[in-house]
Amino acid sequence: MIEPSLARDSVDNHFLQIQSIVKTYDDVVAVNDVSLDIAKGDIFALLGASGSGKSTLLRMLAGFEIPNSGKIVLDGEDIVPLPPYRRPINMMFQSYALFPHMTVEQNIAYGLKQDRMPKAMISDKVMEMLRLVHMEKYAKRKPDQLSGGQRQRVALARSLAKSPKLLLLDEPMGALDKKLRSRMQLEVVDIIERVGVTCVMVTHDQEEAMTMANRIAIMEEGRIVQAGSPRDIYEAPNSLEAAEFIGSMNLFHGVIAVDAEDHAIIESDEVNAKLYVSYGVTTAIEDKQVVFAVRPEKTKISRQQPQAAHNWCRGKVHDIAYLGGHSVYHIRLDNGKILYSFMVNSDRFADLPTWEEDIYVYWSDDSGLVLRP
Amino acid sequence: MKTRLNFSGVMFWLGMAFLYLPMLSLIIYSFNESRLVTVWAGWSTKWYGELFRDEGLMNAVWRSLEVAFWSANAAVVLGVLASVALTRFGRFRGRSMLHSLVAAPLVMPDVIIGLSLLLLFVSMTDLIGWPQQRGLLTIWIAHATFCTAYATVVISSRLKELDRSYLEAAMDLGATPAKAFVQVTLPIIMPALVSAWLLSFTLSLDDVVIASFVSGPGATTLPIEVFSSVRLGVSPKINALATLIILLVSLVTLVVWWLSRRKLKRAK
Repeated sequence: MIEPSLARDSVDNHFLQIQSIVKTYDDVVAVNDVSLDIAKGDIFALLGASGSGKSTLLRMLAGFEIPNSGKIVLDGEDIVPLPPYRRPINMMFQSYALFPHMTVEQNIAYGLKQDRMPKAMISDKVMEMLRLVHMEKYAKRKPDQLSGGQRQRVALARSLAKSPKLLLLDEPMGALDKKLRSRMQLEVVDIIERVGVTCVMVTHDQEEAMTMANRIAIMEEGRIVQAGSPRDIYEAPNSLEAAEFIGSMNLFHGVIAVDAEDHAIIESDEVNAKLYVSYGVTTAIEDKQVVFAVRPEKTKISRQQPQAAHNWCRGKVHDIAYLGGHSVYHIRLDNGKILYSFMVNSDRFADLPTWEEDIYVYWSDDSGLVLRP
Repeated sequence: MKTRLNFSGVMFWLGMAFLYLPMLSLIIYSFNESRLVTVWAGWSTKWYGELFRDEGLMNAVWRSLEVAFWSANAAVVLGVLASVALTRFGRFRGRSMLHSLVAAPLVMPDVIIGLSLLLLFVSMTDLIGWPQQRGLLTIWIAHATFCTAYATVVISSRLKELDRSYLEAAMDLGATPAKAFVQVTLPIIMPALVSAWLLSFTLSLDDVVIASFVSGPGATTLPIEVFSSVRLGVSPKINALATLIILLVSLVTLVVWWLSRRKLKRAK
């Protein structure tokens, strides 16, 4: 009874399987043995700096680059041997690549015409797509008569018109200004979710990845550093690279002093108190060097010395960046190290610590993380 | 209102006079009554009538237009092929050699191109019996050869700056590479194709040196006809013909300017 649904479930969870993909250019390794499983309906973001191999991976999914080795299985079919024009995959390009000599309508219809769809069906489908992206009024316009946001909607409509199994977005907000970007992020996600298409996007902007995607893979130097939900990646980075890539992090180098089943204590020269984490850390006896990490928004500032035995340090306010909603305190510790702490400005005019004041920074036992150097 | 003549104003008008005074005098003298080009004898349009009655000259005009038309066509087709090879196939073996070979006629003196083509045609006739005699066909081949160089420069510079993602987007949407090229790339670079065609057409229409090397009996193009008739003494008919050509060119330029301005306005 249960088995068929289990089978379906496993196909859905492995809708797109990227298996040990390697891509080299001459002697530069662009993508180094990457494997990923992407579930049906996921919006999956490949997040990395330029040159991390994320765009190469996306272009291999589209078919513009051929991997040296490895398989890409989409819905049970290996698509590596297929040329781009035979893959059930459509892409929205960073520059949108709308054909300048065609109207909005003709752009959206282009892919359908390649499939030799009957004319009446094409115009129905084009209308449906125009409605989906709220561009009915602009059907007869040429791309150069549209604004940036409108062009993006047309590009999205064009790449969704053929009802692809997989939608690829290459730096989807790269061509938009900042204000438009945050609006379009939500709008694009809304459209993708309404259509229900599985989507892989590439971006260098972590905020964009976290807003739009439900799963993120961080790429660095051709490898996947970590893959998981935005929350996993932010709150439980599995490595120093992942921790430093997303958001900011205060790091302390230290040695494990106590290694119990439900907690660990770390000694570090860089802070005044011992560091405590509320989970067990498995360590090898000969390798006790670790890095203790705590995010700036998890730390608090006080003028009084904390009573706790763990997780605090003393310093001077070195700089304050007032950002309206919150302030970023740069705190100089006794040894010269700079610590960052976010403070939410919940009161309009509170009596807050100011420049060169002696203060204490502290955090709770479950805020810290232990990472390998 | 008094316009003050300053240095740059004077220079501007001197420059304009230098460029256009000869043409103006040519136009005026085409309405000259006298059969001597240099002597003014009152207004008349009789040389225009004479021009249209001169079969030899009119034939040369049509022949030249025909040669220019087909040379431009051939040059654009070959130019597109060469540009695609140069800009889209990456760094293949012999790429830089192809590049310099295609561009060579740009810097080669016409005399040398003409002479070498003549030698080629002569030895081809000896070896394979083709072309049987020099004529319009050989002029067409010669003109297509050197016009291709200009066409390639114009087309490849446009193709080089063209965003690759247009072609990729077309393929992504299901078009084969050949289809994508015809349906997307060619229409986008159409303005470059048009200017390459016009440039080739003009160059071919204008050429006298190469054509005189490779032409044969009964294949006198307009520039050769004009050139040889001028040596026998300039006839005012030539002035009339030149005036008509100037008129035609001005009209075409005006229409192109008007079209591009309208397009620019519409884009706004």
